[in-house]
Amino acid sequence: MGAFASYTLIGLFTGAAYSIAASGLVLTYSTTRIFNVAHGALGMVFAFVYWDFSQRQGLPTWLSLVLVLLVVAPVGGVLLQRIFVSGLDDAPVSVSLVVTVGLLVGLIGVATQVWPPAARSVPEFFAGHVVSFGDVVVTWHQLITIAASGVVAGGLHLLLTRTRAGTAMRASVDNPGLLELYGGRPHLAGALAWAIGTSLAALAGILLTPVIGLQYYDLTLLVISAYAAAMLGRLTSLPLTFAGGMALGLAQSYAVGYLPGGGDLAGLRAVVPTLFLFAVIVLMPQSPLRVGQVRGIVAARVPRMRSAGGWGLGLVILVIALSFLLQPGSMLLVGTAATYGIVMLSLVLLTGYGGHVSLAQFSFAGVGALAYAKLDDPNLLGLFLAALTASLVGALVAIPVLRLTGLYLALATLAFAELMDKLVFQSSFAFGLNGTLAASRMSVLGRRIEGTGSYTVLMAVFFVLVALVVLVVRRGRLGRVLIAARDSETACSTLGLDLRWLRVGMFAGSAGIAGLAGALYAGLRQTVGASDFGFFTSLLLLLMAVVWGVTSVTGAALGGVFLAYLPVVQADHQALAGLALVVLGFGAVALGRDPNGLANRLFVLGRWASRTLEREWTRRFPGTMLPPGQGHGPDMGAEEVTADVVAGS
Amino acid sequence: MSVPILELVDVHAAYGRIEVLRGVDLRVPAGAVVALLGPNGAGKSTLLKVVSGQLAATAGDVHMAGVSVRNASPGELARAGLALVPEGRGVFPNLSVEDNLRLMSCAGVPAAQVRDTAYTTFPRLHERRRQLAGTLSGGEQQMLALARALTSDPALLLLDELSMGLAPAIVDELYDTVRSIAAAGVSIVVVEQFARTALRICDLAAVMTGGRIETVGAPDEIGSTMADVMLGGAA
Amino acid sequence: MSLLAVEDLVVRFGGVTAVDHASFEVGPGTLTGLIGPNGAGKTTCFDVITGLQRPTSGRIRFRGRDITRSPAHKRAHLGFGRTFQRLEAFGSLSVRDNVRVALDIGDGVRGLFRPPVDDVDHLLARVGIADYADRRADSVPTGVARLLDLARALASRTSVLLLDEPSSGLDERETAGLGALLRELVAEGRTVLMVEHDMDLVMSVCDGITVLDHGVVIAAGTPAEVRADPLVQQAYLGHCDEGAGTETTSEIEPVTETIPTVRP
Repeated sequence: MGAFASYTLIGLFTGAAYSIAASGLVLTYSTTRIFNVAHGALGMVFAFVYWDFSQRQGLPTWLSLVLVLLVVAPVGGVLLQRIFVSGLDDAPVSVSLVVTVGLLVGLIGVATQVWPPAARSVPEFFAGHVVSFGDVVVTWHQLITIAASGVVAGGLHLLLTRTRAGTAMRASVDNPGLLELYGGRPHLAGALAWAIGTSLAALAGILLTPVIGLQYYDLTLLVISAYAAAMLGRLTSLPLTFAGGMALGLAQSYAVGYLPGGGDLAGLRAVVPTLFLFAVIVLMPQSPLRVGQVRGIVAARVPRMRSAGGWGLGLVILVIALSFLLQPGSMLLVGTAATYGIVMLSLVLLTGYGGHVSLAQFSFAGVGALAYAKLDDPNLLGLFLAALTASLVGALVAIPVLRLTGLYLALATLAFAELMDKLVFQSSFAFGLNGTLAASRMSVLGRRIEGTGSYTVLMAVFFVLVALVVLVVRRGRLGRVLIAARDSETACSTLGLDLRWLRVGMFAGSAGIAGLAGALYAGLRQTVGASDFGFFTSLLLLLMAVVWGVTSVTGAALGGVFLAYLPVVQADHQALAGLALVVLGFGAVALGRDPNGLANRLFVLGRWASRTLEREWTRRFPGTMLPPGQGHGPDMGAEEVTADVVAGS
Repeated sequence: MSVPILELVDVHAAYGRIEVLRGVDLRVPAGAVVALLGPNGAGKSTLLKVVSGQLAATAGDVHMAGVSVRNASPGELARAGLALVPEGRGVFPNLSVEDNLRLMSCAGVPAAQVRDTAYTTFPRLHERRRQLAGTLSGGEQQMLALARALTSDPALLLLDELSMGLAPAIVDELYDTVRSIAAAGVSIVVVEQFARTALRICDLAAVMTGGRIETVGAPDEIGSTMADVMLGGAA
Repeated sequence: MSLLAVEDLVVRFGGVTAVDHASFEVGPGTLTGLIGPNGAGKTTCFDVITGLQRPTSGRIRFRGRDITRSPAHKRAHLGFGRTFQRLEAFGSLSVRDNVRVALDIGDGVRGLFRPPVDDVDHLLARVGIADYADRRADSVPTGVARLLDLARALASRTSVLLLDEPSSGLDERETAGLGALLRELVAEGRTVLMVEHDMDLVMSVCDGITVLDHGVVIAAGTPAEVRADPLVQQAYLGHCDEGAGTETTSEIEPVTETIPTVRP
């Protein structure tokens, strides 16, 4: 009985912290309609700030707490809202997701840059003080946390129902323009919500740190717990959110207490929030289709197949040339870039064409790699089977969330990525905890390809083939249907399209491509481990895809190269490891509004260069034409955007 | 002669390249009810948008009580005593009636007083005070929107298509309230598609076509002009 | 026998009853007008008939079969097609591709492997927007977008066409063309149900008219009968006779469609 009471108490403590974090998430989401994926990362950064104040600089605890919760965090929240988030409320869900994922990665970068990895600890409040109820011992820290959640719940309730500012916060969701006509200030309402929300994230982070440690990633993943709790209230109801937080904390605590501590189920305890989240999502009622206006996305033009084939051939020849010039170590990197490029292509299909965001592409790649590594004598058939396995898993992820729309689907993939990371990949039947699996190189048509150079050429060939397949899909009927469904699901359904199966198909296809890439990667590297397919890499992938252009195949190629080189750069310049993430994260925040990315700007540049060249040519050699094939910019993936097209009606 | 509450001098306004207002001159004397009439697309609603600060005039000037407000934001104008009941339900649908009223309590007017005034004028709102505004009928939503005009004690009230989509009986009820607001000395500009409804309550009527004011006059003088304008423009 | 029957339909959004025990029938090969003041529940009826909105109670029957619980895409395969009051063109695609997509979707999975049957340009010419075929759908004027919506609904072998204010945004000449086209469609054997505010158009082309007011069917009959009906005169035309019926605004916003806010 004593044990049960203790677990209940620990559960209430964790649940209280989850509730605090979740209520902040709900507040910012419902006031500004931006789901802040970086909510946990904010808690993490401000927990570090609190450590800096209270431990490194030795300020008194109360002063550090006041400074962080009432000054630094609210100001930070307002700045974020003003600089990055305002103007996003009318943007598609995919854009606001990308921007906040960029924020998440950027914040992790900031934390690693300012506070490089080292052992740090934050003591509990009033460490050592306990209260005993019979045989149950309660620390003051636990009591304070539970009390704090009560204060937050009561305070928010009063704010939202009894004050004009709180009512204005709710009104600004409904109709910001009208609020302004009424003499209210919608921007202030948004800023206030972000100030309070960020402060609550900081509070949750600080309260949890003594228990889970001051880590970059664990605290960042607090967003999943908060999201799970918030989902119980459909991201709108605060009482249900608090209930969800408490239920989640208790479930997790009982799991720790009563599930077996060893074996493959050990990982289960860490993923209770994720499982909880899936359960809530599956039980949620269906969201109705929205009737909107004519909306289009200005996308890159699709290249002709001949020119795409030409560029593909050029790429393969380039890699063949490199294989004679570079050391195997460098070739390995080129091959890795090609496999990453293929994972990018899976996002081009899903996000660029289909408009759905996935935060789990590397988990699908991991499934492919795992399946491939289990093969004794891999060949093309084995490769296909590995891709098929990943594809089936992709379909399985999409099916439970079939009835839900963009935001929930994307967040479900984040939860899935964490689930795979902690529960599957690290278990003994997969890669094992910190372990690796050996994989053999594949044989093609009976001949085993052993050399790293030739294997890399094979990777490039696969990249080009997949890229061509993606382009064929885009140019064909299926591509047209994908774009149509992205623009108006409602119209598609009344034309006879079963959206649910389109979504499952898209996820399956995209996961299959990612799985193929994972299998190729396993063959290339010859050893693969769980760390190759962590959830964080999927976030980096998405950001790279967005920065370089998620609507074009060229963007995928460039993104793949940079994603492969990122860890190399970080390893070579350890002092700047965090800065690299900051640049990537905030780069994505800046470019997130334009899905065509840098690749498209290159096309514009290429066009300009070719026009200039053409003009010069005709000026110098009047009467002649520019030789064919030279008057084109790089249009492997896409072409410039027609400037006169205006999105929206 | 006293300073007009609202004066527009050669106001031009455009959506992108399309010019909608092409030199509007209009004086609204303090305490008067002015009806702004004209066919669809004449620029009536655009004119209200310019006056309420939602759309910047490309040329010309707007004076409120003698002060130029051409560059004022909607919020500033609202705090300066301008109230607009916008076209199509000026309420927050996901807020309760009570919360909607709370937002209307501008500086200096306590929320309780706002509620009392609103509920006395429209007892139906009191019955539904806990209901979300989006679940009210169209007429009740317009009552709620009008309640703001009643309670915030504005200097100038702009009503955009108050009757839109409402049954005639409800329109009459709403315009009775408008008349009582006018009797309390508030200056009002009414934009209406239904000329007869508006002509019944106004002191002055201005007829707009093609982005300009065609005629201004007393309601009974306007009747014949109205017929010409409406028959030319409406289907 | 009726082709489509709406039986005792009720739709409530929160406290508002958008459709209140409405029943009406549409005969095969007829052009029926569904009219009523703004907020009368016309678009909601369309949403229920095409499967975008679950009714609170009541039934929809098609050829005698109960299809109330069948999802939107299945009804499309039964032959339903519709246009939208608030326009739902695929903005990123060209006008021609908008219609092609409709054909693609209509063909289903098998269609992906079949060579395209190109009567797309013919359809665009038929509704009179062939000149815009290569323009992006989010860059065309409202009137063109509205006709595109119609062309798209026609593309997928539609036998029952539900048109939501097809004439709004069209000029006089285009409206006259639309009227002629609608009669042609009916002559070809299609059934058309149309929500429309242009009374001249409704009265001149419809075979029958059903009048909704505040969610209740208050009259049904031929144009002449409906015009003479005192209930219709009172509720619909009211005493503002010179302007009634020319306005086009949105219906009541269903609560479920609005953005969630915090519920404390």
